[in-house]
Amino acid sequence: MSLATMDGAISEEQRSPSAQVSIRNVTKVFPGKKGFFNKLTGKASSNFTAIEEISMEIEPNTFVTIIGPSGCGKSTLLNMIAGLMPITGGDILLNGEPITGPGPDRGMVFQNYALMPWMTVAENIRFAVETVDPKISAKRRDRIIKEHIQLVGLTGAEKKHPHELSGGMRQRVGIARALAINPQILLMDEPFGALDALTRGFLQDEIERIWEQQRKTVIMITHSIEEALLLSDRIVMMTRGPAARVDEILEIPFPRPRNRETIEQYPAYSGLKAEMERHLFRETRAVEEARIGGKK
Amino acid sequence: MTVSEASTGSLIPEGRDSLLKSEGFRAFALFMLSLGLFLLFWEVGARSGWFAKGMPTASKTLEEFWWWTTNPFFRNGPNDLGIGWNLLVSLRRVAIGYLLASVVAVPLGILIGISPIAYKAFNPYVQLLKPVSPLAWLPLGLYIFRDSELTGVFIIFISSIWPTLINTAFGVAGVDKDYLDVANTLGASRMRTIFKVIIPAALPNIVSGLRVSMGIAWLVIVAAEMLLGTGLGYFIWNEWNNLYIPNILVAILVIGLVGLLLDNIFAFLEKAVAFGRNS
Repeated sequence: MSLATMDGAISEEQRSPSAQVSIRNVTKVFPGKKGFFNKLTGKASSNFTAIEEISMEIEPNTFVTIIGPSGCGKSTLLNMIAGLMPITGGDILLNGEPITGPGPDRGMVFQNYALMPWMTVAENIRFAVETVDPKISAKRRDRIIKEHIQLVGLTGAEKKHPHELSGGMRQRVGIARALAINPQILLMDEPFGALDALTRGFLQDEIERIWEQQRKTVIMITHSIEEALLLSDRIVMMTRGPAARVDEILEIPFPRPRNRETIEQYPAYSGLKAEMERHLFRETRAVEEARIGGKK
Repeated sequence: MTVSEASTGSLIPEGRDSLLKSEGFRAFALFMLSLGLFLLFWEVGARSGWFAKGMPTASKTLEEFWWWTTNPFFRNGPNDLGIGWNLLVSLRRVAIGYLLASVVAVPLGILIGISPIAYKAFNPYVQLLKPVSPLAWLPLGLYIFRDSELTGVFIIFISSIWPTLINTAFGVAGVDKDYLDVANTLGASRMRTIFKVIIPAALPNIVSGLRVSMGIAWLVIVAAEMLLGTGLGYFIWNEWNNLYIPNILVAILVIGLVGLLLDNIFAFLEKAVAFGRNS
């Protein structure tokens, strides 16, 4: 069985010189409310360690999925890579340079699409393109917009506003907007979490198709085991929070392009799936037991 | 209720009697019926002396309403102006005071809403001044300006500034974090974020603030004008001095209709900036 496992913490010699994203001993602590006044009003709370000492190296042109029980700090990690949230300890390097804030080298796809309701499909993409490159010529800008609307299969819907689109179509716009700025890395935070199963399947196929075309580095958060197996080169399984860590990293060896009908026929598929299910069940059960215990 | 009854019930509203069953038509029918009953009660009551002495009949009031609205613009001296002139005077005062208030309230609200510190720091002023009755400002206005016209505008300004200010600040402070994250990940400048994201995102709140402010301005002007001379408020005051009740009722009706029209304009605007958001 080609099941490569690694220890969560990467030691010095395991650091890859070719890595595009290096996450090194990253810790995130949300400070609690302290001080006399908060104690007086009963609002005092202790520090919350969301993730602790997480390390991983992400090579260029790989599709990495992060999976873990609810509340394990997956989104926190992604937001720190996006630069939307400060890092408490450790470093996140992008091409060897530490991340200090958000930037157009990383494109983000949001769970709730985050489209501007007052902008049309084309205007949403145009906002992204013009923000990243304010001096872009109108001709080039319009070509980029057109190409990306075409890429996600929304030609004809350019002048529609988000509220006139279905959830799946909205997320297509979200993906087009993230790709239109030509980022090195695509970050996706449960991009299909709010969609029904059928639409989800359609969009997974779209992502697989687009990824074959562009082969950008992708870091995606998901709850779905099948989704992770269909799309990823590597699956990072995180333990439950607080102080979540990387439990195991699975290499997914299936050849591309992949197809949801045939992927299950690979002999390794069921083993990987069972491995992930075991992990998720164990962690989720522990989360629930801790919650019941905490209420007593 | 059995299942078969329920299913036949849902099948019936098709075909020619669907108009009679439609909600809009039934509401309109009920409205006309209640209006007819009310006018009948009024007419009979006034003729039989059920109400206060000198209360006009419904027919007399409607006759006056028809006369005033078909002869809106005449001038027979300052105390005998057509209701159209008075309406225009009131509208002009409201427009000036309201526009001044909006020009101050919207930018100030945006500034306050953007900064959580400013939001907390200025909230006490707003909360303190908002519940003050507009008429309480009247003596102060008269003392400062020594001019009834300016005082009227001042009263409108001071009373219609708060809803717009509060709603704008609230809308700006509550802009969906996802929109800000989008702007942030793209590296948008502060100015671009404010003009392209925050203001459009808060626009539904701003417009509902403007709508409430307009309603208040229209409420206040009538009360203020009773003490100022000219305008619809003064018209009512003048007819009270003449003790001619039908004209007071006519003015009430005109004020109500104009208020309804103004509110509808803003309801339309709210819809135009909502883009599927319900606020």
